[in-house]
Amino acid sequence: MAMKSVEGEPKGPPATARRGRVPAWVTNYSYPLGAIVFLLVFWEIFVNAMKLPAYLLPPPSLVFGVVATQSKLLALHAVTTTMEVLLGFVMSVIIGIPLAVGIVSSRFFDRSIYPILVSSQSVPKIAIAPLFVVWFGFGTFPKVLVAFLISFFPIVISTVVGLRSVEPEMIYLIRSMGAGPMDTFRKIRFPNALPSIFGGLKIAITLSVVGAIVGEFIGADRGLGYLLLVANSNLDTKLLFAAIVYLAAIGIILFMIVERIERALIPWHVSRRTEVILESM
Amino acid sequence: MASGPHLSFDRVSKIYQSADGPVHALDGVTFDVGRREFVSLLGPSGCGKSTLLLISAGLLPKSGGTITIEGKPVQGPQTQLGIVFQSPVLLDWRRVLDNVMLQIEVRRLRRDQYQKRAEQLLASVGLEGFEHKYPFELSGGMRQRVAICRALIHDPPLLLMDEPFGALDALTREQMILDLQKLWLESQKVVFFVTHSIPEAVFLSDRVVVMSPRPGKVEEIFTIDLPRPRHLDIRETKEFAAYAKAIRDIFQAYGVLKDV
Ligand SMILES: Nc1ncnc2c1ncn2[C@@H]1O[C@H](COP(=O)(O)OP(=O)(O)OP(=O)(O)O)[C@@H](O)[C@H]1O
Ligand SMILES: [Mg+2]
Repeated sequence: MAMKSVEGEPKGPPATARRGRVPAWVTNYSYPLGAIVFLLVFWEIFVNAMKLPAYLLPPPSLVFGVVATQSKLLALHAVTTTMEVLLGFVMSVIIGIPLAVGIVSSRFFDRSIYPILVSSQSVPKIAIAPLFVVWFGFGTFPKVLVAFLISFFPIVISTVVGLRSVEPEMIYLIRSMGAGPMDTFRKIRFPNALPSIFGGLKIAITLSVVGAIVGEFIGADRGLGYLLLVANSNLDTKLLFAAIVYLAAIGIILFMIVERIERALIPWHVSRRTEVILESM
Repeated sequence: MASGPHLSFDRVSKIYQSADGPVHALDGVTFDVGRREFVSLLGPSGCGKSTLLLISAGLLPKSGGTITIEGKPVQGPQTQLGIVFQSPVLLDWRRVLDNVMLQIEVRRLRRDQYQKRAEQLLASVGLEGFEHKYPFELSGGMRQRVAICRALIHDPPLLLMDEPFGALDALTREQMILDLQKLWLESQKVVFFVTHSIPEAVFLSDRVVVMSPRPGKVEEIFTIDLPRPRHLDIRETKEFAAYAKAIRDIFQAYGVLKDV
């Protein structure tokens, strides 16, 4: 077959180059950063103008002062919390994804486990968290367990949805090549589900932070959640806010790490998504 | 099996069970596709062409009748063929070359033996230099050409094509039609080709099977007695026009095609 490409090259250079002279990260970060700076300035001016006492609402300058001076204390507790978050999240992934695979590939799992799983989500995890203290004491494990319980559901759901949403033609195609269920899973279903799975992972990592804090609220002797309670009972609002700053930082950094992994694992999806956003602007 | 048809349909029917009752897609379809033959299936939209193609590949259960490939009844997915669907059906997560090589991987053939051939096939459809692009970086027509290469890489004796050129622009389409004819003339392949286009069917085919609107039945089978290789000019000849008109008349009689 000798044939000239009549259609020509794909239109235009890749998306990143098309943005022009401003690098992508500048536009990506300048808007949220600008918004945050604006908010902080407004907060500072507001607190000063209203002459609010620091135990009610400390100005950002004081909060960041505490963030700096108490950095050792805060970091120590932050490490504890981060460990709990990560352990809970990893547990969710290790249990959630295989469970979803089971649900998709076995009628029995689908009929028995899935409904239980869905209905169990109506039980507020915070309500059962005290039970974990009774069972497992004040150590790390009950916090990890709460983080796991809160974060694993979105992973299961997004994985199930991803594994199920395959174009029938793709299945036809690979069957015509003689593929069995294993090939179909490895070469079609799983990679096809990855974008959806990562959607679930991103929700899960933020929920895992919530879970760890809830666990620490119930009973702990360290961690940012514990520090929040202590600061609160001492009316040390500056420290309280400083702990929140740390907590937010942990949440954002973990989320960004998941996004980085997504970018590395499924570049084909991430690039396409960027393209769509660009066109809608 | 040295004689007899390659692909044979005997009173094949298909009823889909849908939410609002059964849909009668195919009704007693009977015809043969011979060895080395190029047969087109032509019919109005929704008459069951794609359904028949999927059934013949053993990918969709039939409701009645028999299909045989090389004398053996079709039960379950057939692997001695290549399929091109209406849409490219490329795997977004694989680069162009790896999309073509999927066929080789799944069949457990040796990758190193086919890599070169894959590159040649891609080059032959104007995709040289695009081997390592992702599908989202290609145009719709380019994607469909990748799909065609994927169906050819393992050199199957039977090629099933479901409106493979439907999404292409007119120019590329003409080129692809010529290329397909050349490929078919040079190989021993049987091609079963679904299309909407009367000129495309007449130009390419040894025989054109015309189907009625749903439930799809074989309305008439035309043997296209035009010399090969056919050139694009052949479409301006009296003979070509006569075939096209005869087919068009059937659709007009059905009211699928209304002249002003
Ligand atoms: N999965 C399905 N469930 C129910 N009905 C279906 C299903 N697939 C196809 N049909 C119906 O069967 C009929 C034949 O469909 P098919 O896709 O084979 O048509 P076609 O001839 O290929 O049409 P086109 O030329 O538009 O591709 C259609 O009327 C369609 O509505
Ligand atoms: Mg169709």
